[in-house]
Amino acid sequence: MIFFIEVVLSGLMAGVMYSLVALGFVLIFKASGIFNFAQGVMALFAALTLVGLMEKFGMPIWLAIIGTIAVMIALAWAIERFMLRPLVNQEPIILFMATIGLAYVLEGMGDILWGSDVKMLDLGIPQGASDWMLDSFDIYIEKLEIFAAATAAVMVTFLAIFFQKTRIGRALRAVADDHQAALSVGISLNTIWVIVWSVAGIVALVAGIMWGSKSGVQFSLSLIALKALPVLILGGFTSVPGAIIGGMIIGVGEKVAEIYLGPIIGGAIENWFAYMLALAFLLFRPQGLFGERIIERV
Amino acid sequence: MIEHKIGGEMLKVENISLSFGIMKVLDDISFDIKRGEIRSIIGPNGAGKSSMLNVINGFYHPQQGSITFKGETRKQMAPHVAASHGIARTFQNIALFKGMSTLDNIMTGRNLKMKTNLFWQALHIGPARTEELENREAAERIIDFLDIQAIRKKPVGKLPYGLQKRVELGRALAAEPELLLLDEPMAGMNSEEKEDMCRFVLDVNSEFGTTIALIEHDMAVVMDLSDRVLVLDYGKQLADGLPDEVRNNQTVIDAYLGIPHEQD
Repeated sequence: MIFFIEVVLSGLMAGVMYSLVALGFVLIFKASGIFNFAQGVMALFAALTLVGLMEKFGMPIWLAIIGTIAVMIALAWAIERFMLRPLVNQEPIILFMATIGLAYVLEGMGDILWGSDVKMLDLGIPQGASDWMLDSFDIYIEKLEIFAAATAAVMVTFLAIFFQKTRIGRALRAVADDHQAALSVGISLNTIWVIVWSVAGIVALVAGIMWGSKSGVQFSLSLIALKALPVLILGGFTSVPGAIIGGMIIGVGEKVAEIYLGPIIGGAIENWFAYMLALAFLLFRPQGLFGERIIERV
Repeated sequence: MIEHKIGGEMLKVENISLSFGIMKVLDDISFDIKRGEIRSIIGPNGAGKSSMLNVINGFYHPQQGSITFKGETRKQMAPHVAASHGIARTFQNIALFKGMSTLDNIMTGRNLKMKTNLFWQALHIGPARTEELENREAAERIIDFLDIQAIRKKPVGKLPYGLQKRVELGRALAAEPELLLLDEPMAGMNSEEKEDMCRFVLDVNSEFGTTIALIEHDMAVVMDLSDRVLVLDYGKQLADGLPDEVRNNQTVIDAYLGIPHEQD
């Protein structure tokens, strides 16, 4: 029984790490209907910048984090100015293609600026097993994963209040709903896009920090974006809580399937289980668990 | 007709021409709107009425002509600039934020009245909170005015058509506009709903002193409400004048009034 709980818990924690990446996708999709293929690379780029600022410029951690946030905001501004603005009113597929291009640009830029070797990211986030959990419940949980879960909780609360209760949050939702109507009440699309890409950039930084601390800052970091896809399909592309819960379901599903189903059909399920789950969802509930049902009066 | 004060010129469009490719949508249109009046634009479908509103609030950029609003002459305006100078509007095909509640829709209309920066907003404390509460009060006044208290928290996508039109008017009013552009506010309504909407339009005009540009197909409504009427046909200006003058204008009767117009 303890073993089962351990499996579920570690699945939950791993799931939160996926959620962190999925969150960035949801933000941009919600506000602009763009599926941002570059979200994973943004996480890599943010982590690279953070490590670079610390190593090459010898900045203390807090200054490097502020510096990286500034870089991500500048990046959001540049994306709006040079990518989104010229492509305004184009089909979503064209904007999606543009984000694929953006992914390559960022990847190259990261390499040129900070080098392509694997870097360690040490921000002093506690590592190793949580002794307290081990002692009192005999359960093995990584401290980093607990830390990631707490960070995700804070971030989601913050985003939920921001989206629901503030003027800018309302403006973001308005833009997501109807561009023309948003313009008519005096919302500037350009400003909204800069804000939403900045927020997505900061979320990418958090994801980059967590994944970078876990497995080093390297190119493969950008591939976690692929794991975020099934999370999005489960949770719905437009739902912040969906991204979190979707991530947890994927995390738990993967671990449980690997351990209990794996031996029966030969193992290595973990790599593809999430995609199978997503496929099942696409068949039966394409809007995801929490996605907005399309309401249409006829 | 209700008596109200009509002031000086608020908006003047001169020689506006707009085309999409080879299609000429507006051809050399000139007219003005005076402060405090209800100015109707009528004409058959495809006459360019909505395009004219779109030019005024900056969705369309005309190839020729100029727009003078509150003494400032421009070739065109960006939509959010038009909004910040006091132009609000509703749409022919309702453009509400369907996933959001009635209250949130109306609060979005107050977007430009709220000034606190991203920093306070993000923390949701201090000035941002006070401002939110003040504007919430203003939004509630509009909800009372339009008598839609019961649907305050409902997502507008689920509301019946007539109520959606009312919420859309509420969102436009929330901006406390000087010039309100209404694109067929009564289309698709039954006679009772039409009466309500007429009353709201008149009240907005007389109580808040809001200048209104109105597109409407129901001639009885237009002739009752309007101070002056502009008639368009295939992008051309057919007539312009008092309701009675327009009603008796032979060209207008031939082109538009004479034939029974479609009910939307």
